[in-house]
Amino acid sequence: MRDVAILGVGLNKKWGELWSMSLRDIYVEAALDALDDAGVDHIDSMYVGCMTGGMFVDQEHLGCLMADYLGTNPVPATRVESACSSGGAALRQGFIEVASGISDLVLVGGVEKMTDVSGDEATHALSAASDMEYEAYQGITFPGLYALMARAHMHRYGTTRAQLAHVAVKNHRHGAMNPVAQYPFAVTLEEVLESVLVADPLRILDCSPITDGAAAVILCPLEAARKFAKKPLVKILASAQASSTIALHSRDDMTWLESTAKAAAIAYRMAGKGPGDLQVAEVHDCFTIAEIMVLEALGIVERGRGGEAAASGMTALGGKIPVNTSGGLKSKGHPVGATGVAQAVEIATQLRGLAGPRQVPGARIGLTQNMGGTGGSSVVHIFEAV
Amino acid sequence: MANPARYWREIPQRYRMEAGKCTKCGRVFFPPRLVCPGCGSRTFEGVRLQDEGSLLTYTVIRVGPSQFADQTPFAVGIVELDGGVRITCQVVDCEIDKLAIGQRVRLEFRRIQKQGDAGILCYGHKCVPC
Repeated sequence: MRDVAILGVGLNKKWGELWSMSLRDIYVEAALDALDDAGVDHIDSMYVGCMTGGMFVDQEHLGCLMADYLGTNPVPATRVESACSSGGAALRQGFIEVASGISDLVLVGGVEKMTDVSGDEATHALSAASDMEYEAYQGITFPGLYALMARAHMHRYGTTRAQLAHVAVKNHRHGAMNPVAQYPFAVTLEEVLESVLVADPLRILDCSPITDGAAAVILCPLEAARKFAKKPLVKILASAQASSTIALHSRDDMTWLESTAKAAAIAYRMAGKGPGDLQVAEVHDCFTIAEIMVLEALGIVERGRGGEAAASGMTALGGKIPVNTSGGLKSKGHPVGATGVAQAVEIATQLRGLAGPRQVPGARIGLTQNMGGTGGSSVVHIFEAV
Repeated sequence: MANPARYWREIPQRYRMEAGKCTKCGRVFFPPRLVCPGCGSRTFEGVRLQDEGSLLTYTVIRVGPSQFADQTPFAVGIVELDGGVRITCQVVDCEIDKLAIGQRVRLEFRRIQKQGDAGILCYGHKCVPC
């Protein structure tokens, strides 16, 4: 297996409600940004991470669409879907293709165009990541499912309402330093605690937003990349993915993200690293409780102690291990299919030392964790500056 | 929405809570499956779920899907039925702000939602405090 490097990264100029941009424009803008950053004029293959172009804008066949509008025909182009972890799963497919020797230059992009539908239609589209016949049928929404996890975690471990809020406060503080972020402003603890209830105990400021956006990376064999790279390279040390039950109620322990724990164990073994080696991480904070449970499953904090991490400053910039320096899904935005790729863009930017005011000084090793549904799918990548 | 075949094929579960019990390892699955994820067996016998259980966790949906507009806000929980099978269902006929983990509940056959422009009624089970 060949070593794989990230040669270039790309994002839209801004994430949010991109009314003037179509699904294809959003993807192509980020892809062109990544191609320019990598300094390459061709690719051998490309992936499109997207949860549901079909339900948001009635468009499928996204590999073909994006290759056409990026002008890369006839290279193979494949859409990868794994709900909110579509981007992470696409990155893993690109990694496998380069590592195997099948292709040398691979574009991995993720995209979602979510604001062309009403809030009710968006809620319905996202609920398709749950068990439609046995969860969504009963009226539960995604905030509702994570609220079930939050309630169980609070009951079992004593996690507090304020500890949930600290996750949002921290990530908004980080996101305020990210010009791409949809909501680049700070929020106070009081604002989170007094925001409108969506699904008890979760409030609107516990939830990531509806976002249009894309992200892209260019992958290349590390040895070849060393010869022509114009910017610092980032090596992908590990790529791992694991699955769990689609329905939350089928899990033995609703307070534990088994798929994330499994993917992390594989990734740590593949990288020869452990949670203590990480200097920065981007994790799937679709709701505040998610970041708390993910930190536990990644072994960054002890099981049941995730609530303390944001409140103590451990996971803030300047803390022991800054988490979601980009602002996370909460502040940067969550265009579901793009998120997993955007996490890799942020970690690569950190490891290159180009993160500006939100730079983690001397960061050498970073991790991304991207999750689909209530944790039915998890993808973990580990990266190292080279 | 409301494709008749899609609704009809779930009726044994929605109306009668029919589950599948693995004849090899004894685990019960709801809905029934073709292969047991525990032991790999492909033979099951039909069983009916118990209609009482305990609330493991719950939430109150304040912003609900449009098919549930006439019911919002409403409580939803995960119930562990006696015998061990867990399901997601609404908790009704209760004060939604006074639920507690561990609350004993009983399943009742109810209207779940109205689908589509015609408002087609769809049924299933909700739980009520015992």
